[in-house]
Amino acid sequence: MVENMNKVMDAGVSSAAPTSDTVRGVSLRTDNAQAGSAGLPAQEMIMESRDLQVHYGDYLAVRNVNLQIHRNEITALIGPSGCGKSTIIRCFNRMNDLIPSAKVGGTVLYRGIDLYGPEANAGEVRRRIGMVFQKPNPFPKSIYDNVAFGPRVNGKPSKSETDELVETSLKRAALWEEVKDRLKQPAFSLSGGQQQRLCIARALAVDPDVLLMDEPCSALDPIATGRIEDLMHEIKGQYPIVIVTHNMQQAARVSDRTAFFNTEVDADATRPTGVLVEYDATRKIFSTPSDPRTEQYITGRMG
Amino acid sequence: MSSTVATNTSRFAADLRDSTSPSRKLRDKLFLTGLWVATLIGVLTLFFLVLSTLLKGYTRLNLSLITNFPSPFPEDAGIQAAIFGSIWVVVTSGVVSLFIALGSAIYLEEFASQSSRFNRLISINIQTLAGVPSIVFGILGLAFVARGWLGWGFTVGTASAVLTMMVLPVMIVSAREALKAVPSSLREGSYALGATKWQAISKQVLPAAIPGIATGSILGVSRALGESAPLILLGALAYVSSNPSGLSSDYTVLPLVIMKYTQEAQDEFRAVGAAAIIVLLLLLVSLNLLAIVIRDRSRKSW
Repeated sequence: MVENMNKVMDAGVSSAAPTSDTVRGVSLRTDNAQAGSAGLPAQEMIMESRDLQVHYGDYLAVRNVNLQIHRNEITALIGPSGCGKSTIIRCFNRMNDLIPSAKVGGTVLYRGIDLYGPEANAGEVRRRIGMVFQKPNPFPKSIYDNVAFGPRVNGKPSKSETDELVETSLKRAALWEEVKDRLKQPAFSLSGGQQQRLCIARALAVDPDVLLMDEPCSALDPIATGRIEDLMHEIKGQYPIVIVTHNMQQAARVSDRTAFFNTEVDADATRPTGVLVEYDATRKIFSTPSDPRTEQYITGRMG
Repeated sequence: MSSTVATNTSRFAADLRDSTSPSRKLRDKLFLTGLWVATLIGVLTLFFLVLSTLLKGYTRLNLSLITNFPSPFPEDAGIQAAIFGSIWVVVTSGVVSLFIALGSAIYLEEFASQSSRFNRLISINIQTLAGVPSIVFGILGLAFVARGWLGWGFTVGTASAVLTMMVLPVMIVSAREALKAVPSSLREGSYALGATKWQAISKQVLPAAIPGIATGSILGVSRALGESAPLILLGALAYVSSNPSGLSSDYTVLPLVIMKYTQEAQDEFRAVGAAAIIVLLLLLVSLNLLAIVIRDRSRKSW
């Protein structure tokens, strides 16, 4: 299965480039030309959702989401509570598979391959598209074993390979200097901010292609948040990042593109459904948004 | 100006004074006394039970008690056969039921669809079985294991099988609780790194649940160690003068040896019974201590 997936994915890289432009032209609210005009250089598209919608049982939680994730960029998803940001980010690495009642409609393409298609294996998808959670969730093991867990479940690395991976991952997550003398100590001996950086190191240890972060700083103090944000800037060249955040300042500080979600009560529904209102370069969203609802939200008159 | 401040201060001071009425204080005290009495009843009962047993049995609390086999002469009578019988029966049933309980708990908690009617029926069934009186398991074992279809006779194997049936539901329920207590963030974290379901369960969930599973299993095993009713039906109330050598051996167990000796007319035999009670209590306490040690050593915070 793994080899199979690799082949398909390699094929996807070469075929994604020529088709992607037509795709953008058809289904996007904001195409690349507009983003370019807002001052962003054109980047290769890594992931894309087309008419993505999620039901929980009979309830339509979020609908018609068309998003593109680009190389070298941080994409922020913002919006009021219950607008489906976390639901959407969890579709990008099939974490919603774990919720029995969740039903995903539309397509999510990763380098041109449908993540929910027959060739895609959920485990392989999650290895390539890593995730960091809202609350730091280190395993109740040593710092070393936390980082080594991912490589170990994805193969049988030798002791020296594992040592090297642990070191480089912790260095990338800017945690190495703080923990290099106590790798065998339990992960819970670390502070909250260090635990979250450990979770980032853990995610980087399997060498993902994209990193998803679901409100990674909401449980952290401002200093720890600052370190995570610096870290995001350092690694975004290697790992495109999608971040869900409640904090608009954070979105403005760290992201290159921002997607604003809002809730709407559909005519035939009783509960609000999340919709993607506007997706554009962060600078444009926070200075001259094209949708009045975005403006209301970022100026604090809503949500 | 200063006088206003002063009056204000005195007013606030009045607010801080204890205004609880005397009858409320009395009720507080009565309630606390009630709690103390309730606790004392339990502790004192146990204390006097152990004390009176010690007083009756201390003459026989010596090495000959555990080195000798039963004898027509009270001064020679020992309980070694029963000690080894108990160990055989409890270890076999403990090991077998631990594996079956782990399997069913993992299936029911991690794999089975929680909304399926069939699985809910199984859950209710297991919970009901946990409350079935042990003598019923004895009758079942007599009809289907000792006699009838399996025909294993009155052997260690039969006793282990019946105790396994009896302990299993309790163990499954406690293992399920232990698995349920593992936070789902641990599972999510494993899946997010590309782990398969089995990798997430075997490498993260199970190790995190070990303290709970171990505690529940040891409590189940101590229940089996003290059990007498089903084994009366299964031939353990016999005069057995040798240690079991395998699953097909004759056997007796501590609770039934106690029962036999305490029914004897001679005081000397009853002393042997009392001494055997102390041995059984010591075994039970050490099992419980083991449970506490395992729980504390692998206690984790998340």
